[in-house]
Amino acid sequence: MQKQAIFQAKLLPYALVAPQLAVVLIFFYWPAAQAVIQSFLLQDAFGLSTSFVWFENYLDLFRDPAYFEAIVRTFFFSFAIAVSSLSFALLLAVMADKPLRGSMLYRTLLIWPYAVAPPVVGVLWIFMLHPSLGVLSRYLRAMGVDWNPLLDGNQAASLIILAAAWKQISYNFLFFLAGLQAIPKSVFEAAAIDGARPMRRFWTVTFPLLSPTIFFLLVVNIVYAFFDTFGIIDTMTRGGPGTSTVTLVYKVYSDGLLGGNLGSSAAQSVILMVMVIVLTGIQFRFVERKVTY
Amino acid sequence: MVEEEGSRRYVAHIILWIGIAIVAFPVYIAIIASTQDNALIANGQMSLLPGGHFFEVYYQTIFVGTSGSTREPVGNMMLNSLVMALLIAVGKIAISIISAYAIVYFRFPFRMPIFWIIFITLMLPVEVRIYPTYKIVADLHMLDSYAGLSLPLIASATATLLFRQFFMTVPDELLEASRIDGAGPFRFFWDTLLPLSRTNMAALFVILFILGWNQYLWPLLITTRDDMQTIQVGIRKMITTTDALTEWPVVMATAVLAMLPPVFVVVAMQKLFVRGLVETEK
Repeated sequence: MQKQAIFQAKLLPYALVAPQLAVVLIFFYWPAAQAVIQSFLLQDAFGLSTSFVWFENYLDLFRDPAYFEAIVRTFFFSFAIAVSSLSFALLLAVMADKPLRGSMLYRTLLIWPYAVAPPVVGVLWIFMLHPSLGVLSRYLRAMGVDWNPLLDGNQAASLIILAAAWKQISYNFLFFLAGLQAIPKSVFEAAAIDGARPMRRFWTVTFPLLSPTIFFLLVVNIVYAFFDTFGIIDTMTRGGPGTSTVTLVYKVYSDGLLGGNLGSSAAQSVILMVMVIVLTGIQFRFVERKVTY
Repeated sequence: MVEEEGSRRYVAHIILWIGIAIVAFPVYIAIIASTQDNALIANGQMSLLPGGHFFEVYYQTIFVGTSGSTREPVGNMMLNSLVMALLIAVGKIAISIISAYAIVYFRFPFRMPIFWIIFITLMLPVEVRIYPTYKIVADLHMLDSYAGLSLPLIASATATLLFRQFFMTVPDELLEASRIDGAGPFRFFWDTLLPLSRTNMAALFVILFILGWNQYLWPLLITTRDDMQTIQVGIRKMITTTDALTEWPVVMATAVLAMLPPVFVVVAMQKLFVRGLVETEK
């Protein structure tokens, strides 16, 4: 795709792209390259000498059971967050897609959590489910649950998943609603004439037609769970208790900042970069298909 | 719709209200807690109805800050967040729109390589190159500065691609017409292209403002001075590890204040926001 009508100028276009190029080169490519280089270096504990160690940082990582656990945990979190948030959002979107009175109001009341920052989400939920003063903890204890996410790793993990899924509902809702509204109503009418009941219509007509949206959201939700949960985790559990809520991004942060192990932290960054590039690639291929679809 | 009997609609209304209740409940609790007495909350006796300390708590939060770990008033933190969010939104739109203009409306050597250099930055979040970026910002003496807070977050291509796509749909006749009128590249950009891009810019602004306001990890790393802290970082520092010291009403008031600007933007500009969101994610 190219424009037919264009301007002739020698230096002007360079001047126009210069600011963006400068920012991108200094704050994107330079650090990304640094991360790659750093991942091949080993620094002694005092930062006095560095040596080039090839893939040792990477090999150390893959030999480290803690890293393996963090990978498994991150994927588990992502999956749990995506599935719970997507299914609830889909239910709400299907309801909001019906011709209801006040549907604009419903929409407005459902989309605003998108704008709430992850650390604020963390603060809200830790306050509600705090073991000693949380409003909801009272009810949990009354029900006989020994609730203490500050000590129990599984409870901490479920708290993170709950909070992260809560925040993502509005986003998924919006895209589902847009997807539903793009489906021609005549398709439903045809299915209804064929005698399909509403539940059956949903599974045989709506769901398959919505599958591109579902897939797109799945990828976006996984990327979200990878990166944007950092603020939630850091305010709620700081990775604890133990390492039960340390995800890959949290590990990059804690190994680098708290542990001072920059080589390992850089290697982890590089692995994350590769993961994101793969995910983005999948998404792009998929979006390409959606355009022709 | 087909065969939508009354009873089914009631079900839909009820499910939607349950959804809204679930979504709103944490915020309701935060607002309630921000009006109550700290001692009462610390005892686990928080009531679900508003308390009588609204003005006191918010005055303390905005102008004084907590008496514990961070002594910075939240008013100042909000100002820092606001400056950061505005710099990110305006900065990204400004550098993106001119580079998209160059790429679409000019032919010049290295045009495609430059486009790819920008394109590749798409969607690789700052989190994965966090320490090297930190080091570079430190080397450039930009720690604790607004430039350091915003520039690394401006360095990505989403906005550029958006404007490029939009410019491709602008009919060629417009350029030819303004050229007949004797307009050069600057005039065409300023008088024709910019007005046409207004809604795109506004939609993008909404998204980017929220993105900037909600940043957390990056400001956490590069701000060391309390007076440069953003509200997202400040709120976490208020939760002390020894719980007894956490002033929960102030924390909750801070959470409410931290939510206000972005939520206001989303609700007030709902149409633009949805549009911007759908477009940036494409």
